[in-house]
Amino acid sequence: MDKTSLIVVGNGMAAGRVLEHLLEADRDAYAVTVFNAEPRVNYNRIMLSPVLSGEKTYEDILIHDDAWYAANGVTLVKGEAIVGIDRETKTVRTAGGAVHGYDKLLIATGSNPLIIPLPGKDLPGVVTYRDLDDVEKMMAAASQGGRAVVIGGGLLGLEAAAGLRAQGMEVTVLHLMPTLMERQLDPAAGYLLQKAIEDRGIEVLCKANTHAILGDTTVTGVKLDDGREIACSLVVMAVGIRPNMALAKDAGLAVNRGVLVDDGMRTSDPDIFAVGECVEHRGVCYGLVAPLYESAKVVAAGLTGSEGAYTGSVTATKLKVTGIDLFSAGDFADAKDRQEIVYRAPGVYKRLVLRDNVLIGAVLYGETADGSWFFDLIKSGSDISAMRDTLIFGPAFAGGEPLDPTAAVAALPDDAQICGCNGVCKGTIVSAIGAKGLSSLDDVRAVTKASASCGSCTPLVEKLIVATIGDKYQAAAVEPICKCTDLGHDEVRRMIVAKGLRSIPAVMQELSWKTSCGCAKCRPALNYYLVCEWPGEYEDDSQSRFINERVHANIQKDGTYSVVPRMWGGVTSPAELRAIADVAEKFNIPSVKVTGGQRIDLLGVRKEDLPAVWADLGKAGMISGAAYAKGLRTVKTCVGSEWCRFGTQDSTGLGIKIEKAMWGSWTPAKVKLGVSGCPRNCAEATCKDIGVVCVEAGYEIHFAGAAGLHVRQTEVLTLVPTEEEAMEIILALTQLYREQGRYLERIYKWAKRVGTPSIKAAIVDDPERRRVYADRFRFSQQFSQVDPWAERVKGLEAHEFAPMAEVGFKEAAE
Amino acid sequence: MNQMLQTRFDGPWVKVGRVDDIPLQGSRVVKTHGGEVAVFKAADGRVFALRNRCPHKGGPLSEGIVHGHAVTCPLHNWVISLETGEAQGADSGCTKVIGVLVEDGVVHLDLSRLPRLMEAAE
Ligand SMILES: Cc1cc2nc3c(=O)[nH]c(=O)nc-3n(C[C@H](O)[C@H](O)[C@H](O)COP(=O)(O)OP(=O)(O)OC[C@H]3O[C@@H](n4cnc5c(N)ncnc54)[C@H](O)[C@@H]3O)c2cc1C
Repeated sequence: MDKTSLIVVGNGMAAGRVLEHLLEADRDAYAVTVFNAEPRVNYNRIMLSPVLSGEKTYEDILIHDDAWYAANGVTLVKGEAIVGIDRETKTVRTAGGAVHGYDKLLIATGSNPLIIPLPGKDLPGVVTYRDLDDVEKMMAAASQGGRAVVIGGGLLGLEAAAGLRAQGMEVTVLHLMPTLMERQLDPAAGYLLQKAIEDRGIEVLCKANTHAILGDTTVTGVKLDDGREIACSLVVMAVGIRPNMALAKDAGLAVNRGVLVDDGMRTSDPDIFAVGECVEHRGVCYGLVAPLYESAKVVAAGLTGSEGAYTGSVTATKLKVTGIDLFSAGDFADAKDRQEIVYRAPGVYKRLVLRDNVLIGAVLYGETADGSWFFDLIKSGSDISAMRDTLIFGPAFAGGEPLDPTAAVAALPDDAQICGCNGVCKGTIVSAIGAKGLSSLDDVRAVTKASASCGSCTPLVEKLIVATIGDKYQAAAVEPICKCTDLGHDEVRRMIVAKGLRSIPAVMQELSWKTSCGCAKCRPALNYYLVCEWPGEYEDDSQSRFINERVHANIQKDGTYSVVPRMWGGVTSPAELRAIADVAEKFNIPSVKVTGGQRIDLLGVRKEDLPAVWADLGKAGMISGAAYAKGLRTVKTCVGSEWCRFGTQDSTGLGIKIEKAMWGSWTPAKVKLGVSGCPRNCAEATCKDIGVVCVEAGYEIHFAGAAGLHVRQTEVLTLVPTEEEAMEIILALTQLYREQGRYLERIYKWAKRVGTPSIKAAIVDDPERRRVYADRFRFSQQFSQVDPWAERVKGLEAHEFAPMAEVGFKEAAE
Repeated sequence: MNQMLQTRFDGPWVKVGRVDDIPLQGSRVVKTHGGEVAVFKAADGRVFALRNRCPHKGGPLSEGIVHGHAVTCPLHNWVISLETGEAQGADSGCTKVIGVLVEDGVVHLDLSRLPRLMEAAE
């Protein structure tokens, strides 16, 4: 028997949510067909900004993928718009001309971005900001560089501007009003926001009325009313939205600003429901997801015969620009019958709007942690007279006693909303934790959807888990790099890549460093991450390096230095030895010692003598041995098949090849290698960061050994038959470590953290990936294989090696 | 103004070089009869001078990483305030602060008390 058919027009946030509730209520109630004008599945539109900025990918923001439709028996027709509804025959017509019958129809067509009817508005290069196509157009334009002009300084416009900036474009925001987001913020707070936006390198022009968009075949600029012209290759219009109701109107349904619906979300035709931004409910058109999530439940109920009622929503929004905290909720417009409480501190602005001792609106800038608490007060409509004086300071002061943040969350009532996007309240989360034994953030996300959309309530959800199960909470504990930031090493690295951050100040600004210029812990780490990420582009910040790496020698306890020239594979020559001996005598170097890495250490060199010492060693062909570097140190070898009666392969030769390929590279921590010619292992390769043990069949590659504070035997990564493959694997492994290792984390610690299987998967099992890593290593070596000693002999950073002044006794005594 | 300059230069100030000679967030050494002085330039451009010896084990502070108004000693990571010469955090100890005067981009140090400072510290 044929099932009742439901046709859904539009497949955005609202339609997706209705389907979820419908399937949950009754999987078999309808044969569902969804028509989506966009040629794709259902994704989280509110996360387009992180996609634009590069912090997320399209795959990350999918809500329902193809498998979901298949599994749930929902037919999705992608890229096919509905162009007509015939209520007489209960059919819809697609753009392609096909006609489909329905028993029930759901209109979820969302809204259309407003387009100002300016000359030039149809030129290629003029885009709106609504769907993935728009994002792709913006990203394509951004890849060409140049300037983008964003018209509109509201939430959407600022998110677009920040995203384009993160993609490397120059960006100008044009805003009609004197200050940004004037509806939410007073001028002083608008200025704070403007400064924060400008700090990101985005130009903001207020009181800027666009006169025309310029260009013949494509956008070349924008002209303002005052005659100013701004050259650009992209114009983004983000000036507002209008409910998309043409289809409903043509079908003769009752419409006003949007498609009119009753509290059951039915249109004027009882078989046709409407939901989302296309509707007008009780005189209100919404532009946020929370209301449509609430009303989606009612639609699903209506479709399955259990009538519900939607009575409207109070909404809250957040600006999703990383590093700028802006929250607003409720009704914050100025009016006669209202009072305001305003609080300001450096970088912080808070405004509460009260009417008759009830909180009706809140705007928080810079410090938004109390947002959900205020939002709850707004929704509950409770009388706040008792705590009016301390209200602005949030829940911590509400009860007189300051509470710690976890206690404050614990103190929230059960119906306090935690996740605004998904309308999840505290009680739901707490009972899910109890009933299902949830103990991690991911669990809670999966089961309750809390923190699963925009993620801004994540800290709240985490505190709630802690408040509920205490120590059992499996925090994805991220240890901050240092006290200058809350971010861990991995997050910082991800953001450096995602946001294309190319300098230490950029990282600190963009990632909201808490100190003005970092400390001795974070700066060397950031410097390394930037060196690693942008070979050839990033200019090393020598002031962020430890002294040894800054002067390319090892500081000793008396402030003198030690000098270790490279001896490739531990092989030297009479000429080299003679040069070393001469230098030692010439500069009165007190101590000459053979190191564990098969080379010679000259100890006790005065700093001023370093360049001259290097000059003499350089004349004999020697370069820096990098004995001070978080980088390649030594490749220790045995004599191998060339001399040894047990040797299976030319271990000395291979060691030298490896050292020649790898010298100069910077790594998270020092890297020492060993190559042994047979399993007797005279080069002690099995306690090195990377080791090779030659066997008859080829080369056994080892890694993750240590022989320092910790002693650890290596693990075998793989066995390969040829030298070429051995080289390729070693370079690829080193690059993987360079990209994943946290600063100062030795290979064995990195391997323990990420797990040997993931390393094997990348380097051994997948030749393609191995090649990519090895190539990246070789590419970066082009820029790093410059002998730092030779450079300094020629005068680089001469100030390092000479005193600023020498002051005689007389001058000073005067 | 002239009057003031006059009195200043009449005093103990010894010219040691230009502010530009010191790398930003870096340091240079001034050698004196009474030992080394480390002259620092912080990220905000301010110039400080300390005796070039960490109160812990005598490490050369001029070789440390400069951050904010502090320097981290290269030997054992003590953090020393450039303003007061005092060790920060859990460590305690103090390095002598040397007076600095910057005029027209030229750095002057007050070395008058240096011999006594050095003796006192040994
Ligand atoms: C960049 C961006 C950031 C946002 N950030 C937030 C935020 O942080 N918080 C928040 O609450 N809200 C945010 N929003 C708003 C939120 O995305 C919308 O409120 C929500 O998507 C509305 O859902 P909807 O289903 O009504 O419409 P949409 O999600 O727009 O879906 C409508 C779909 O219907 C399709 N369609 C239209 N007409 C037809 C037709 N005739 N036939 C077939 N298909 C059709 C459209 O192509 C579209 O795919 C943001 C929006 C954008 C664009």
